[in-house]
Amino acid sequence: MSTKRNFIDLQRHLKDRTRGAFSAAHTLLPYWHRVTHQWQLESAAEMIHSLFLINHTGDIFLEKHWKSVISRGVCDYFLEVKEKAVEPENVPPVLQTPHHYLISIYRDKLFFLSVIQTEVPPLFVIEFLHRVADTFQDYFGECSESIIKDNVVTVYELLEEMLDNGFPLATESNILKEMIKPPTILRSVVNTLTVLLFFPGSSNVGDKLPTGQLSNIPWRRAAVKYTNNEAYFDVIEEIDAILDKSGMTVFAEIQGVIEACTRLSGMPDLTLSFMNPRLLDDVSFHPCVRFKRWESERVLSFIPPDGNFTLMTYHVSSQNLVAIPVYVKQNISFFETGSCGRLDITIGPKQTMGKMVEGLMVTVHMPKAVLSVNLTASQGNYTYDLATKVLVWDIGKLNPQKPPNLRGTLSVQSGAPRPEENPALDIKLKIQQLAISGLKVNRLDMYGEKYKPFKGVKYMTKAGKFQVRT
Amino acid sequence: MSASSAFNDEKGGSSSVGEPEYGHDPASGGIFSSDYKRHDDLKEMLDSNKDSLKLEAMKRIVAMVARGKNASDLFPAVVKNVACKNIEVKKLVYVYLVRYAEEQQDLALLSISTFQRGLKDPNQLIRASALRVLSSIRVTIIVPIMMLAIKEAASDMSPYVRKTAAHAIPKLYSLDPEQKDQLIEVIEKLLADKTTLVAGSVVMAFEEVCPERIDLIHKNYRKLCNLLIDVEEWGQVVIINMLTRYARTQFLNPNINESLLEEGGEKTFYGSEEDEDEDDEDKDKKAEVATMAKRKPYVMDPDHRLLLRNTKPLLQSRNAAVVMAVAQLYFHLAPKAEVGVIAKALVRLLRSHSEVQYVVLQNVATMTIKRRGMFEPYLKSFYIRSTDPTQIKVLKLEVLTNLANETNISTILREFQTYIKSMDKDFVAATIQAIGRCATNIGEVRDTCLNGLVQLLSNRDELVVAESVVVIKKLLQMQPEKHSDIIKHMAKLIDNIQVPMARASILWLIGEYCEHVPKISPDVLRKMAKSFTNEEDIVKLQIINLAAKLYLTNSKQTKLLTQYVLNLAKYDQNYDIRDRARFIRQLIVPTEKSGALSKYAKKLFLALKPAPVLESPFKDRDHFQLGSLSHLLNAKAGGYQELPDWPEAAPDPSVRNVEVPEWTKCSSREKRKEKKVEKPFYSDSEGESGPTESADSESDSANGSESVSGSEVSGSGSESEESEEGSESEEEEEEEDEEKDKKKKKKELKKKPVQESESEQSSEEEEEERKHERKSKPRKSDSETESGDEEESESESSQSESDESESEAEVKKKKKAAQSKPPAKPVKTDGKKEKKEMSLLDLDDFEPAPSPQVTPVNSFLSSSLVTDLEGLSLSDSVLSPATIAPSSALKSYELLHRITGEGLSVEYCFSRQPFSPDANMVAVQIQFTNNATSDTKNLHMEDVKLQSGMRVKEFPEIELLPAGETTTAVMGIDFCDSTQAANFQLCTHTRKFFVSIQPPVGELMRPIFLTENEFKKEQGQLMGMNEITERLTLDVKCRNEHTIVQRVTTAANLSRVPCGSDKECRFAGRTVTSSSLVLVTVATKEEGAAQLTVNCEKMVIGTMLVKDILQALTQ
Repeated sequence: MSTKRNFIDLQRHLKDRTRGAFSAAHTLLPYWHRVTHQWQLESAAEMIHSLFLINHTGDIFLEKHWKSVISRGVCDYFLEVKEKAVEPENVPPVLQTPHHYLISIYRDKLFFLSVIQTEVPPLFVIEFLHRVADTFQDYFGECSESIIKDNVVTVYELLEEMLDNGFPLATESNILKEMIKPPTILRSVVNTLTVLLFFPGSSNVGDKLPTGQLSNIPWRRAAVKYTNNEAYFDVIEEIDAILDKSGMTVFAEIQGVIEACTRLSGMPDLTLSFMNPRLLDDVSFHPCVRFKRWESERVLSFIPPDGNFTLMTYHVSSQNLVAIPVYVKQNISFFETGSCGRLDITIGPKQTMGKMVEGLMVTVHMPKAVLSVNLTASQGNYTYDLATKVLVWDIGKLNPQKPPNLRGTLSVQSGAPRPEENPALDIKLKIQQLAISGLKVNRLDMYGEKYKPFKGVKYMTKAGKFQVRT
Repeated sequence: MSASSAFNDEKGGSSSVGEPEYGHDPASGGIFSSDYKRHDDLKEMLDSNKDSLKLEAMKRIVAMVARGKNASDLFPAVVKNVACKNIEVKKLVYVYLVRYAEEQQDLALLSISTFQRGLKDPNQLIRASALRVLSSIRVTIIVPIMMLAIKEAASDMSPYVRKTAAHAIPKLYSLDPEQKDQLIEVIEKLLADKTTLVAGSVVMAFEEVCPERIDLIHKNYRKLCNLLIDVEEWGQVVIINMLTRYARTQFLNPNINESLLEEGGEKTFYGSEEDEDEDDEDKDKKAEVATMAKRKPYVMDPDHRLLLRNTKPLLQSRNAAVVMAVAQLYFHLAPKAEVGVIAKALVRLLRSHSEVQYVVLQNVATMTIKRRGMFEPYLKSFYIRSTDPTQIKVLKLEVLTNLANETNISTILREFQTYIKSMDKDFVAATIQAIGRCATNIGEVRDTCLNGLVQLLSNRDELVVAESVVVIKKLLQMQPEKHSDIIKHMAKLIDNIQVPMARASILWLIGEYCEHVPKISPDVLRKMAKSFTNEEDIVKLQIINLAAKLYLTNSKQTKLLTQYVLNLAKYDQNYDIRDRARFIRQLIVPTEKSGALSKYAKKLFLALKPAPVLESPFKDRDHFQLGSLSHLLNAKAGGYQELPDWPEAAPDPSVRNVEVPEWTKCSSREKRKEKKVEKPFYSDSEGESGPTESADSESDSANGSESVSGSEVSGSGSESEESEEGSESEEEEEEEDEEKDKKKKKKELKKKPVQESESEQSSEEEEEERKHERKSKPRKSDSETESGDEEESESESSQSESDESESEAEVKKKKKAAQSKPPAKPVKTDGKKEKKEMSLLDLDDFEPAPSPQVTPVNSFLSSSLVTDLEGLSLSDSVLSPATIAPSSALKSYELLHRITGEGLSVEYCFSRQPFSPDANMVAVQIQFTNNATSDTKNLHMEDVKLQSGMRVKEFPEIELLPAGETTTAVMGIDFCDSTQAANFQLCTHTRKFFVSIQPPVGELMRPIFLTENEFKKEQGQLMGMNEITERLTLDVKCRNEHTIVQRVTTAANLSRVPCGSDKECRFAGRTVTSSSLVLVTVATKEEGAAQLTVNCEKMVIGTMLVKDILQALTQ
């Protein structure tokens, strides 16, 4: 393909030359020479060549190329596979086509499809694509087709800034936001202010330097100023568990994350310590955290980025017994004769540490043969989606005195064989003000700045991948 | 597919075809209705002198570009605005230019001068962005301009511009490979750059332009290793991958000798040496020591160790790609014993997005084949949820299968049982295959699996049944004679199963083992002959096979049937089947012509067939570098760099030596100054830690930068090594001159390798030698210390010991500085607080003296070496344990008092030496003193009364103990890990005394060496009941590390485990008899508060040990 293009280029070039469009005759000879080589090199190039955004119906609604243009026809390979896969999640993230490799992610009903030409660590690309999606989320509040189309120019500028020649350039939100302002009403206020402060009389946009790129702290923008200095930390834990039929724990562990929101002026240097850091079995950090300090003292010492960020994620060893906040009694059965079945689910509190369980929700992926359901819920509402065969029972708060119950009959397609497997239950729940692992933040100290910030810590427990086998 | 053709087509039709769509474009707002006008309007807007109009136009144009619409005809109008003052407009013009310049080369040239001007701009960002766009315009004619610009930018003041230059290199290279040589020069220059900002980008350029020029890395190797933690995430991935390849060419395979696990531990220690090059003599010596221990000499290159150590923290990165890069580095480069650390991090990634899971699981699957043990503790993390995507399920299944072994197979099979009921049929099929693989690999469960699979044959789902049949067929091939009933069962199934593959499998089985089911098989053939014409091709082939085999074994019953089948086949539509029928007929039916062949037909058809091997598809995938695209696809991707094999002999390590002096020092100093005024940039590796600052931060940490450096103190401690330049930067200004002197001296010393005492290893060796000497010397019993090292330094200096570390430090300094300088520092040291002292000791790292944290390790190692050596020599004399310096800390207990012993007094102590005749025994050293006036004769022991299981190895009889004399003997007692007393009679020629020896619990163990990680890992496995924690307040005298170490090791025979923190002391040992691990942690806090944790499998021992150590620390 490239030879052909080169040939066209060459033709045009020669035409230009005969017209005398430019007089760089001395470059002609080496140019000839180069052209013969160019096509061989198409293979040895950058990491990410092109990016296509594709919605779940298969429309390509945005494309960006960091080098020469690759026809969107390359996506056909992907779309073909996507058609075959019933669920979009089942599309393999890495595909091979005769001339390219396609690495894609599926996020928020969108496919981010990158075109690769040479060897590159697949995780590198996947991680980057997710970072792109995160950035969109961060900028526009959501990452949907319509929002991307509405902000296509900003999106394009972001992509331009995030990759240079296919290699990631600026991926830190703090830096990006200095170069490309997020499209909010607030932004225009900030803009006018900045302009007035720094560039009186200049146009809408000042050419202020994004100092972050040049500082030694690449994740924090410079010259942060707030009148109210605040630092909030949310300790959020998710229980991943598999319970078997009888309610025994097959596998359970706790995933934790500390989400931070710091709005602090200047260059604050924070130290966050825990009452019981030994609980943490495995951790990963935002790059701002000083690893050695953690290794030696088990404290988190860091200069935070400005705004929202994930400070750390952690894992609480499954060797420690994981408290399971609710019990689930269930009985789902399909009768051999007659086309029906029974369903009876009761959920009650188990180890809630005296806290209220909220946001309780049960999702059941019914076998395909289940046509409809006729159930009564003692609390909350249920819906059954006939197309996807998903039963959702939204319970809300768990009443410890009167455990909610859902029971009734399932009608099964007549003639269809009795479903082999009982469907698993996915449980969602939330417990405020509790970190189920018992992790406690001890204190937060700030160095490097004089003012006294407002500090806050919040705990929350959620059900992660919490599944009950039936 | 060609971009150009597509583009041309588009060009032709775009204006009309694209129009209606354009109307829907939100950016266009649907204002412009006619196609030609549309662009005219945009052009008009671009030509106006209002920035807002220009901006609006550019936004629309970019929106078009984004949607893949052709906007090339606007090029002339857009390119004019390249010099626009408005940055917003300019940015969008750049975006447009980069997209279309290649197609409009001549016009693009118009913009070049703007960029050239931009390259000279005082604002670094404008310089950078000008270079970025200039290099992104793929116009061949400007290659010389680009080259110039890159060269200039490579020496720009601003690291950001230099980074951009690095990015521009591959762009230019892909445009014109002729420039390679010049570009390599630029790369070389940028590789020497010391800023983290540049490092990742330049390595990326290196990888794309000249990955084969490994020589360019040598000089920068250590710097890259040290900078690594501060490089941005993406750069880290590239650097780690490159260094993996580099290490494979430069270092020796650490797993050459698999049995060297213990030495793997020592390697840590050698590696922690910061000294860049061990002299060859040095190595030789080490080799000698090793051969003495009858082992092959493998010594890890310190640079190899440096890489492993500096990449390890990155396992904690939030970026999955970085974690994977480190994991593959460890997999390909680390000694086996250390690879385990990556498992936890990889398992963590399994909670990330499903795409990440997909890639990680592929890699884990490959790793589990080579290193199963690594992931075994995380078995449950691979359990499958019904909501996982199928591809993830199948990969998890693969991992579970690889992890299956005798001990966990029952759990795994139970788990598989739930999977079989899944609604996802592809997954069920994969599960059945997995069961088949478990059954072939683990003989114990083969029958269980087979029975389970047979039950599945009655499953309602045909796919499940079919898959089971196929797997059963494979399993049966292993031992068909045992399972004729299963074959019968399957024969019955042939009526119901419709899946061709399954039918074919059953037929093949019956044919193959027709002798086991002689009655059924002809009947099956009969049925098949009936349905032959309706069968699928593979089934038909198997029917022919079955017929042939039956004909050979049971021709009476089946002759006609066979002929019928062959006749049917003869007229089949498929020529394969026709061929086969013809061929078989010739073979089996004897005619005059065929003769010879048909004689052997039975041999041909019923030859014993080897059972198939069910293998993981991930077997041998690890010849691709893990984490790479090629590995994932199991095929070489374009541009993949092979992972080289380890070299036979290591290339000269000195190539990595950097001329120590000027630049490092100046630069790091500069940097530090900069930092002080600017911002506390901290993570810049150990190299940046400042002892000056740390000393300050001790007293006052209100100011940011100081608190930062405070963190570095511990950091540098934990790293236990300090890069050369790092330690240099630590120096205070005033000490600099002195330092220089020392450095000069050091260089001299390097030239004269005779004076080895400079380097850590060599000093150890020296020590070794001395130890040998000391064997002949009378034993010293008065020194306070435990460890051989300290003891040695003391004996050398004959100093009275006030504080261990202090004296040690002084001694070291004296040794080093003796000739050149009067030891000024020790004086200073004395005046300062203890903590300061530590940092000052760190300072001394430029002369590779071990830092205090490391010391105990060294001392332990050396002493363990001594014991090793001793083990060899022990056979010579039983007494040697006594002569090898048991330290004074050994407490003596009375066995027999002078009065009751009628003049004979006996004391014993636990010598803590291995008891050579029996490793499970505790050595007890007994000292007899004859205070009586007459000689004592025939001292021996008798009538040993022991608890069951205990054993005693008596000391040899002492024939004569003259009056007033003292002698010692050694006996061994196996206490069975209990504190039960050993009772026996001590007999002389005249009398018998009942005596008993009761061991303190601390003597029931022997020290072992663990690395910090091993320790943590082991500790993690000894939680819950096996962990005992106690809070305590330390004795006033016992608030420094050394006293703690000393007291703990006095109380129990444990060895110190190196530890990153100075607030924690860790110890490890194993009980003598059962080799149960004993782990002790003392964590100190303010005000002498401390926490003692003991982890031990044997709870009783743990409880008693806690008591003893508690007592030792609080008194």
